[in-house]
Amino acid sequence: MDQSGEYRIPAERADVWRALNDPDTLKRCIDGCQSMERRPDGGFAAVVKARVGPVRAVFNAALDLADINPPESYTINVAVKGGPAGFARGSAAVTLAAQGEETMLRYAASANIGGKLAQIGSRLIDGAARKMADDFFKAFHAEMSGRTPNPAPRPQDDGRAAVPINIQVNT
Amino acid sequence: MSEGTGIGASVKRREDVRFLTGSGTYTDDLNQPGQTYGVFLRSPHARARIGAIDASEALALDGVLAVYTGQDSAADGLGDLPCGWLVKSKDGSDMVSAPRPPLAVTQVNYVGEPYGLVVGETLAAAQQGAELVMTDFTELNPVVDPASAADSETIHEGLDSNVVYDWGLGDEEATDAALAGAAHVTQLDLSNNRLIPNAIEPRAAIGVYEAASGDYTLYATTQNPHLERLVLAAFVQVAPEHKLRVVAPDVGGGFGSKIFIYPEETIVLWAAGKLGRPIKWTAHRYESFLADAHGRDHITHAQLGLDRDGRFVALKVSTTANIGAYLSTFGSSVPTFLYGTLLAGQYKTPNIYVETLGVYTNTCPVDAYRGAGRPEATFVVERMVETAARELGRDPAELRRLNMIQPEDFPYETPVALVYDTGDYEASLDKALELADYGGFEARRRESAAAGKRRGVGFACYIEACGIAPSQLAISLGAGVGLYESGEIRINPTGSVSVFTGAHSHGQGHETTFAQVVSDKLGIPFDDIEIVHGDSGRMEFGLGTYGSRSLAVGGSALIVAADKIIAKGKKIAAHMMETTDDNVDFEDGTFSSGNQQATIQEVAFASYVPADYPEDLEPGLSEKAFYDPKNFTYPAGTHIAEVEVDEETGEVDLVSFVAVDDFGEIINPMIVDGQVHGGLAQGAGQALMEHGRYDDYGQLQTGSYMDYCMPRADDLPDFVVDTTVTACTHNPLGVKGCGEAGAIGSPAAIINAISDALDGHNIAMPATSEQVWRALGGK
Repeated sequence: MDQSGEYRIPAERADVWRALNDPDTLKRCIDGCQSMERRPDGGFAAVVKARVGPVRAVFNAALDLADINPPESYTINVAVKGGPAGFARGSAAVTLAAQGEETMLRYAASANIGGKLAQIGSRLIDGAARKMADDFFKAFHAEMSGRTPNPAPRPQDDGRAAVPINIQVNT
Repeated sequence: MSEGTGIGASVKRREDVRFLTGSGTYTDDLNQPGQTYGVFLRSPHARARIGAIDASEALALDGVLAVYTGQDSAADGLGDLPCGWLVKSKDGSDMVSAPRPPLAVTQVNYVGEPYGLVVGETLAAAQQGAELVMTDFTELNPVVDPASAADSETIHEGLDSNVVYDWGLGDEEATDAALAGAAHVTQLDLSNNRLIPNAIEPRAAIGVYEAASGDYTLYATTQNPHLERLVLAAFVQVAPEHKLRVVAPDVGGGFGSKIFIYPEETIVLWAAGKLGRPIKWTAHRYESFLADAHGRDHITHAQLGLDRDGRFVALKVSTTANIGAYLSTFGSSVPTFLYGTLLAGQYKTPNIYVETLGVYTNTCPVDAYRGAGRPEATFVVERMVETAARELGRDPAELRRLNMIQPEDFPYETPVALVYDTGDYEASLDKALELADYGGFEARRRESAAAGKRRGVGFACYIEACGIAPSQLAISLGAGVGLYESGEIRINPTGSVSVFTGAHSHGQGHETTFAQVVSDKLGIPFDDIEIVHGDSGRMEFGLGTYGSRSLAVGGSALIVAADKIIAKGKKIAAHMMETTDDNVDFEDGTFSSGNQQATIQEVAFASYVPADYPEDLEPGLSEKAFYDPKNFTYPAGTHIAEVEVDEETGEVDLVSFVAVDDFGEIINPMIVDGQVHGGLAQGAGQALMEHGRYDDYGQLQTGSYMDYCMPRADDLPDFVVDTTVTACTHNPLGVKGCGEAGAIGSPAAIINAISDALDGHNIAMPATSEQVWRALGGK
């Protein structure tokens, strides 16, 4: 599965970079995240309760960062284990481009899934991954706007800033 | 249709009353006092080393009773699951068996392979426990593609390669020479798609151990309870045979997939002994997809040589068969002896050579699935013949007719080890041509064309070897067991009859058909006869049901037992009539001598109340018999499919299907029609929809009904089914078997029809609308 996307974040690049490396921010922005800890080696260990179609499970994720080039780009390598629910493994190349006081975040990710996730969820995984990304950036956008995430857009909220500008999914 | 309840009558299936009213008793319907529930730990990886298994959190959970791993079962001395048929390579060497422990110990080799069992007080507790078991896997490179498996990294440690065997049958030199001298040679690359069985009832098992007696009982969804008992006792050594009872209650479909001795049933029984409490396991549908033995999965190159007149001079077939990660119970025999031996088809091809390279891959084991080797053989032969006809501009029906074995040729010895006893292939062909209105096809083709559709017609003149199997022949070819069947007829003192058969009914209707046979033979009312099957504790022995064998072999055993009943009855009647038994006749349930008569019920009563009784005769009227067939039976027939193809979408509409089969004598025409209908639907599924697919990492991509497409009623035409009859020459009923024919002939007929609509394009199965659309040039 390959997926890429672009998001405009209403914050300066250095702040976005900092937030993306802050476990507490990440935890708040990931739906179902039960814990997010920074490991001594710089990576993260996360526990996330998630659902892909009929597969519901608590997933243990190990995130390793590579090609770190602050505050511009890095690569996240992810290994996710869900016990009987299966596993996923992938990487995402993330770049941050300063655009005035805002930041354009682009990512290109690829992943393989296995076990029950692949067997039952393969047809649903793309949609689920896109939704997880959307939910994350919606929350992240809200976080960076200094607001708490609120799924119901208020009238003055144009409601679209957090919506992906461009997402491509290739399987 | 004959009236009544005897042979030839379309008696409604008596078992359907309970099946259709929800009152059948399936394994999952049974419950035992103190029963617990098992959930299997299954590999998420296609190939990986098993590291530490941490079950501490699971065991701490309320309601989790035990977690058993492959280490535990190995330490307890549980044996590996054996393959029951030893196939030898061309060079005489034995096939290479990779050890298959019931629970993987050091390495998992396909997604879904069980490596542990979590047992809970409730199913929920066991499921929760299974989610808490943490297993360290070290992933290894999987081998998924059978075409390159022989040259890929060796899957199993300790083996030299992934080649299971390199098997051959026939005269290669003569075949090559005949091909070299042929006026025309047709060549095709063919594949036979992997199928996933999908019985409506998933596999299930309940293991029971009684400490006081040391007795084990396994309730399980098996097509052959005695074979299960034999293997579990002799090879896996869960319990000795006399301390183990295997019960297969109502079983909701098998199609071969419930023949095999699987890890799960084995482990449930063993673990029940360890735990000292009954354990139930019922497969979730996703487990069925992953871990029920799959079917087919061949890659083939074939050459058919013809002389100037269109006579077949040689057929050479080279097949790579995907065995899966391990040799399943009969996995070795399906792509060899059940496949290569059928490549003569209905034709007098004088030179045939077949070779099969069996290879291990990191996929679910592959074994017999309805037809088992014979659909694959029919697909090769009939695709080749149809293609040759097209290439030579010959009518496909007439080219077949020219090459058919004629009635005067029987018994006919093929170049691939079989002797066909009887048949009249042209009779089936002619009847099918008439029923399909073949003469009107060109007009229908024009009509379809006027409506913007491409119409095609396709044939399959199939043959199958059924009534499996003559024991000596099977054992000489590598079978590990005899393939006779047992039967017992007990006439009770009051005249009702209990019939015990080693065959097993899981949809075939034996409770009706076998009662018709016994009723007809003994002249006892149908309603007074009960058929008992599926319990090693109630019948002496049996080899079960597969290979369209039940009536030809199991039914014949009942005829032999009935003959013994009649012979003993004559002695008792002779005593009653003060004559000798050679002066007593038996007809329609009555013994007679001169003007004296006694019904079989009266004779039975006299045998149990022997007040005035022959001195040299034992009381009672109960007889057992074993029947070992003298040959295979050879059902054969012609199937004709017509399709319409939508040029815009590539969608295939199967508009008509005619099946004319020669099953020999027929006991119950309605049940035979039903068997044919079901087989045709499965064959249509293979031809048009079904495909078990793994990705490059060995993950099953078709693991649910979202991705694995099964045929539904509205995908299928109103089948036209009919029969011709040449009686089998070597069994007492003259029957051949009808269980698999539908699935054997139909894929080839349907693909030939689509190929015809596509101007001869060699379309692969399944011919989905996407495949057909691409073949039409869609991009």
